[in-house]
Amino acid sequence: MLTTLILGLVLGGTYALLALGLTLQYGIARIMNLAYGELTLAAAFVLVALFNGLGVSPLLAIVAIAPTGYAVGWMLYAVMLRPLVQRSAARDRLAVDSILATFGLLFVIQGLLLVTFGANFTSISYLDRGVRLLGVPVALNRLIAFGICVVAVGALISLLSWTRWGLVLRAVALSPAAAPLVGIDVNRVARQGFALGTALAAVGGATIAMYQTFSATDGVVFTMKALVIVIMGGVGNVMGALIAGLALGLVETFVATAIDPGLTLAATFAIFLVVLLWRPQGLFGSRM
Amino acid sequence: MIRWLLPLLAFCALAALPALVSDYGLGLLIGAATYVTLASAWALFSGHTRYISLATVAFYGTGAYTVAVLNEALPYPLVLVAAALIGAALALVVGLSTLRLAGVYFVIFTFGLAELIRQLITWYEVNVTGTLGRYIFLDVTARGIYWQMLALGALTIGLTAWVQRARLGLALRVIGDDETVAAHSGVDLARTKLLAFTLSAVILTLAGAIVSPRWVYVEPSIVFNPTVSFLTVIMALLGGASRLWGPALGAVPLFLVFEWLASSFPDTYPIFLGLVFIATVSRCRKACWLASSVFDPVMAGGDSESSRSGGATMVFGGLRAVDEVTFALEPGEIAGLIGPTARARPHRLNLISGALVLDRRSDRARRRPALLAGAWTASPGWVWPARSSSSARCRP
Repeated sequence: MLTTLILGLVLGGTYALLALGLTLQYGIARIMNLAYGELTLAAAFVLVALFNGLGVSPLLAIVAIAPTGYAVGWMLYAVMLRPLVQRSAARDRLAVDSILATFGLLFVIQGLLLVTFGANFTSISYLDRGVRLLGVPVALNRLIAFGICVVAVGALISLLSWTRWGLVLRAVALSPAAAPLVGIDVNRVARQGFALGTALAAVGGATIAMYQTFSATDGVVFTMKALVIVIMGGVGNVMGALIAGLALGLVETFVATAIDPGLTLAATFAIFLVVLLWRPQGLFGSRM
Repeated sequence: MIRWLLPLLAFCALAALPALVSDYGLGLLIGAATYVTLASAWALFSGHTRYISLATVAFYGTGAYTVAVLNEALPYPLVLVAAALIGAALALVVGLSTLRLAGVYFVIFTFGLAELIRQLITWYEVNVTGTLGRYIFLDVTARGIYWQMLALGALTIGLTAWVQRARLGLALRVIGDDETVAAHSGVDLARTKLLAFTLSAVILTLAGAIVSPRWVYVEPSIVFNPTVSFLTVIMALLGGASRLWGPALGAVPLFLVFEWLASSFPDTYPIFLGLVFIATVSRCRKACWLASSVFDPVMAGGDSESSRSGGATMVFGGLRAVDEVTFALEPGEIAGLIGPTARARPHRLNLISGALVLDRRSDRARRRPALLAGAWTASPGWVWPARSSSSARCRP
């Protein structure tokens, strides 16, 4: 029971991190990124390749992967999404265009991953030994992954709450129309928001690679879970996404241990259905 | 006359085609007919309402799997009926839970739907029946499949043609243009969307059911291949999803190109597909017909969500408040509207614009609801945006 709780929290930490990245991209850059899970997986594969090929410690690899994710997000936004943003003055049209464009991107990245890394399930064994926590054995790699998530989420929240950059990001999220009036370059901030979201996706993917088995076609599942968490927590709501992410991790672990590991996506959808029918604006109310 | 005769002749010619081609050619014909059907059925709902469904393969695969499960238990026509019913039930579940809300929920739900059904079937087969993978032994020839698919495709295009002329099509188009306006005009949003989505889903399911004997061996990971959803969307978009023949015209050449790509570059072909698709969306102006206010509430965050639902009730209050006002505007004339509260004014303006979508050059009006000219009388009945006549018709 306690094991399930701890494993659920660890999984939930990763989910919360992923959901935060998605909510940043959606809230600040107004891009609904359907290729999000594929970006996550790409980072996971890179970590595995670095570990197996060059023997780089995953902790060190994450330090490299996060800025790479930022750069990739920056490039994606500048090359692929910027023309869409420029074209659509009305942002509702941007939503549709971005959904379609990232749907295409999903297949591009998935294809690249399949060609480069193959379709097999992949995992690494890193620090795969148990430590006792509150009297229950937990694998050390999961604890480290959870630690990374806590650090990343903590850094993000303090960035958003206390720095000037965070203030600018929040201003654009709140009102992209009014932000230029106070001298904010919305285009630049949107690009930064998207890049930051991609960096979080990359860190999330790297932590997944540390303790989970995954394959190149799992991206849809990760995107779906992140999307459901974002909706459950309320769009643009950072605290909501955190709590909802932890909750989803717990529910999923309970379903996996108590019923069947094959039903985790069904559990996600069940939660999604309940949220849609009961509180479509999210469990935790309104705005960021 | 020619508009009816030409498709009929083409249909007869296509039906006679299997006699002239090889087995490989027949396979291509079946594939092309399947994608014409899928793209047309997809466009039947998504083309007009601009709700993007990413779940084509969820229905298509469900149809195929239904045949795989039932093909020995029931006679073939009953299997098809069962597949159609299951598809409709699935569409109702998806539609009832998402179509009352903003479009983005629908997109998200459909995005994961195929994967969900695949996992559920896999789980059920492994844990309950203990088998994964089924065989389809049906006495259906490749020609039989081709003729059935051709008939289904013709039916879909015929249905689309009829819907476009019927009230349903008009209602769908108004929803696609502006959902608020549609609500003001008395369109029952949820029911209209649900009806069209279910129709489209039944056709998709039937297409999967008809083509399934081609596989012989069926497994969840084979029939729920996400590429099918992807191809359908590209074909319909490139062809022009809001036009009657658009999806069909997009499907045939693209199917042939993709078939060639898939056989020449089996590994890298999804990458090509994705790049083509991204280029389509960013370059092709046709792809941006998909604009919609459908997505607005979620983008703006939770607050606007509540103001929207609050707005719906206010509309009826608004209707009563301006019940006795009749006024006329000449073209080019500018009128000011003074209202008591900040919330009420935009709603009332929407109301007026909603009832005044009329234009003598009817095409314009459908695209952009604009305040043009004419007299407007509020009535709680159906106020239809006129298509080609010069006045708004009120129906009791």
